[in-house]
Amino acid sequence: MAARSVARRAAGTVVHRATIVFFLAFAVFPFYWMVVTSFKQNADLYVGATNVAHNPFIFNLPPTLDHLRILFGQTLYLTWLRNTLVVGLLVVSITLLLAVPAGYSLARLTGRWGERLSIGIFLTYLVPSTLLFIPFSRLVSLLGLQNSLWSLVIIYPTFTVPFCTWLLMGFFKGLPKEIEESAMVDGCSRAGAIWRIVLPLAVPGLLTVVIFALTLVIQEFVYSLTFISSVQRMTVSVGVPVALVRGDVYYWGSLMAACLVTSVPIAIVYSFFLDRFIAGFTVGAIK
Amino acid sequence: MNTTTVSAAPVLHAGQTIRRADRRLGVFMLAPALLYITLLVALPFLLALFLSLTNSSAGSLEFSFVGLQNFKNVVASPVFRRALRNTFVFTFVSQAAVMVLGNVLARALMRPFFGKTLARFVILMPWAAPISLATLGWLWIFDSTFSVINWLLKVVGWLGPGQWYYWLGDTTLGMVAIITIHVWRMLPFSTVILLAGLTSIPNEVREASAIDGAGTLARIFQIEIPMMRPILTVAVLFGVVFTFTDMSVVYLLTRGGPYNSTHVLASLAFQDGVLGGDVGRGAAVAIFLVPVLVVLAIVMLRSSRRAEVV
Repeated sequence: MAARSVARRAAGTVVHRATIVFFLAFAVFPFYWMVVTSFKQNADLYVGATNVAHNPFIFNLPPTLDHLRILFGQTLYLTWLRNTLVVGLLVVSITLLLAVPAGYSLARLTGRWGERLSIGIFLTYLVPSTLLFIPFSRLVSLLGLQNSLWSLVIIYPTFTVPFCTWLLMGFFKGLPKEIEESAMVDGCSRAGAIWRIVLPLAVPGLLTVVIFALTLVIQEFVYSLTFISSVQRMTVSVGVPVALVRGDVYYWGSLMAACLVTSVPIAIVYSFFLDRFIAGFTVGAIK
Repeated sequence: MNTTTVSAAPVLHAGQTIRRADRRLGVFMLAPALLYITLLVALPFLLALFLSLTNSSAGSLEFSFVGLQNFKNVVASPVFRRALRNTFVFTFVSQAAVMVLGNVLARALMRPFFGKTLARFVILMPWAAPISLATLGWLWIFDSTFSVINWLLKVVGWLGPGQWYYWLGDTTLGMVAIITIHVWRMLPFSTVILLAGLTSIPNEVREASAIDGAGTLARIFQIEIPMMRPILTVAVLFGVVFTFTDMSVVYLLTRGGPYNSTHVLASLAFQDGVLGGDVGRGAAVAIFLVPVLVVLAIVMLRSSRRAEVV
């Protein structure tokens, strides 16, 4: 009897490990493939998959840094990164300027109608870029902003502001009311209490918003593809898939290196803040 | 405690005016964000509806009304009908798979094991990576000559001599590839949400069900899943929204090919409205996303209200 239950538990552990390994392999495989491709010599890389004897999972020839050298030395990758960061910082600033006051207002100053409104604001986050890129392309050409990074600076807050307002509202609601109230009792104005007491306490929330807005800007593809046509002005998520192809030839080594170098840092930063983003998505569904 | 009550007494008297001032401040602080959202989300949305009723084209600012002509043309087009069907197929199949796999994975992650933090990070990577770059990675995996999947299938003998899969040159295989990427990308997102739901179920519930003699399956299907319904709804809704409206995967992987057979609404709207320059037609195609989004928004509102009541 005891032996049977031990055997059953061991079987359960094996199944559990196997499940985890399966999912890990599925999740990591494309990234593993990027790593392998980025460092392989072309002679090792471009061997037809019909050749069963040539194992593509391992380095059959010594690894090389050529693809990285091409990426950083002979392509506009660094320019795209810089464009992305410039747009990102401006979008983050706009987002903070709009979403922090709005989030606080909805959390503390507006009462019942604010609650309704906050759900409405959140729902605008769900209006997809694939619906709005057509009217925006008209607006952008009316404003004369075609092919200018300013078009992205103006438009990207359409998806950062609603979600960040919602996130910050939740965050401000979580701070105890008494802190501002006691500051106001001590002679601070409401605005003074927000500036001196609430914002310093809200730094983790603000940081979440900064990271969220920044990662969204780096990830965004549709608007950037629609509005930016010259290669020098592209952001990284469009420049790499659209312009890193020379002629009709893919330079897979450099392409994969670009994907890897861009994705991994974002994934690391993102994972630190994930729980807060998820809390934003699930407000109301978990008590 | 005492000091606050004492000093609070005179303020209480001015309570009404402070609250009115607060309300004014509240409106003042909310106005910029609201104005921005109205100008850059609500108005463009209306503009999209408006453009779909015109023959507006990318080159010129002149246009005239054509009524529902764009919609008539679009609905009559086989490419559009195919795209409409694809959008639903991709969304439904990938979300069904994500729900099953996500539940399995979230349960596996509930148990402690060595290297759990690292495992969680790795499992999250597909969701955090920029979609266009991740799709590029898959494009290389599905390459017609160098596909590592084909190599594996050759090695295990699934593909015999002379047999070959052209992943992106074949409608069915192309659809399989697109669905695979959607599952790969959305699985982390749903898993983390489901995990939050699972951990919010108190342990006493599990213990009580064990004492009452419920087996594992009964516990999962009769207790945990019903308890997780609000969170399952959230996971499904966001998963559907993100998959239904995405165009990056299709655009970068197959460009809608072969022969426009793998388009989705979003990628077709881009092809017609931006690449083709037929703004009215592109807008009309994109408008077909709206009814589904409205339904999802209503479901979301109702479930959030139910959660408030509970």
